[in-house]
Amino acid sequence: MERVPVLKIGDILLVSIQIDMEDQVALQLQEDLAERIVATGCHGVIIDISALDIVDSFVGRTLATIAAISRVLDAETVVVGMRPAVAITLVELGLSLPGIRTALNVELGMDLLAREREDNGDDDEETNGLEGAETPAVPAP
Amino acid sequence: MNEPGRRIEVASDQDVVRVRQQVRTLAVAVKLSLVDQTKIVTAASELARNTLVYGGGGWVEVAPADNGRRKGIRIVFSDHGPGIADLDLAFTDGYTTGGGLGLGLSGARRLVDEFDIVTAVGEGTTITVTKWCR
Repeated sequence: MERVPVLKIGDILLVSIQIDMEDQVALQLQEDLAERIVATGCHGVIIDISALDIVDSFVGRTLATIAAISRVLDAETVVVGMRPAVAITLVELGLSLPGIRTALNVELGMDLLAREREDNGDDDEETNGLEGAETPAVPAP
Repeated sequence: MNEPGRRIEVASDQDVVRVRQQVRTLAVAVKLSLVDQTKIVTAASELARNTLVYGGGGWVEVAPADNGRRKGIRIVFSDHGPGIADLDLAFTDGYTTGGGLGLGLSGARRLVDEFDIVTAVGEGTTITVTKWCR
């Protein structure tokens, strides 16, 4: 089975999906990312989907799940590079990807993450009731 | 007056990828617009996954379509799975029996021009969709 590589750049994990993923590959990516977030202590994840010519409900759901998992692990996810035809199709399919941050490209995605990090400082304004939930300890980078 | 299509057995995740690739190739060949290519490939992905996950596998046939006025692409998805007991419910956004988002069937119908479904409990489901060039 193919695997989507996860690259660490500074405080950010970068994933660029370059293949037409089997469902199993998407699920593997979800697991790999969760592990890498904990292992590296990264606070941002950028998923570049500019090479994808479709995003169906399965991949859409996987992206939403990745965003939710990383949030619980103190990392923000930004999905970048969605093609216009993919955006049109996704919305018509009924998937508007609520809860997912997006940016037009990797650079803007990095800006977005950097800005958020500055705005929030270290006191995360989490009001989603997850405080106290058991999350794995994040080792220092 | 439709040419015979290419039949793809659907028994694994990999076959769903093959269906997408086959549909993409033909959508380009019949000159669907980029947005319509994206829509039909996405719809095919949803329905092929349904064939696999809910139908327990089956086959997909991808063929060019021509009604004399317009060209397009026609895809048949067929399985011998449990069938769908309540079609209205199955077409409700958000309804799922399989842990998905419940958008596959309803969403796929929105993405194509023609959508035909024949299903019988205990016998299986056959869905035929068509996308025409504008």
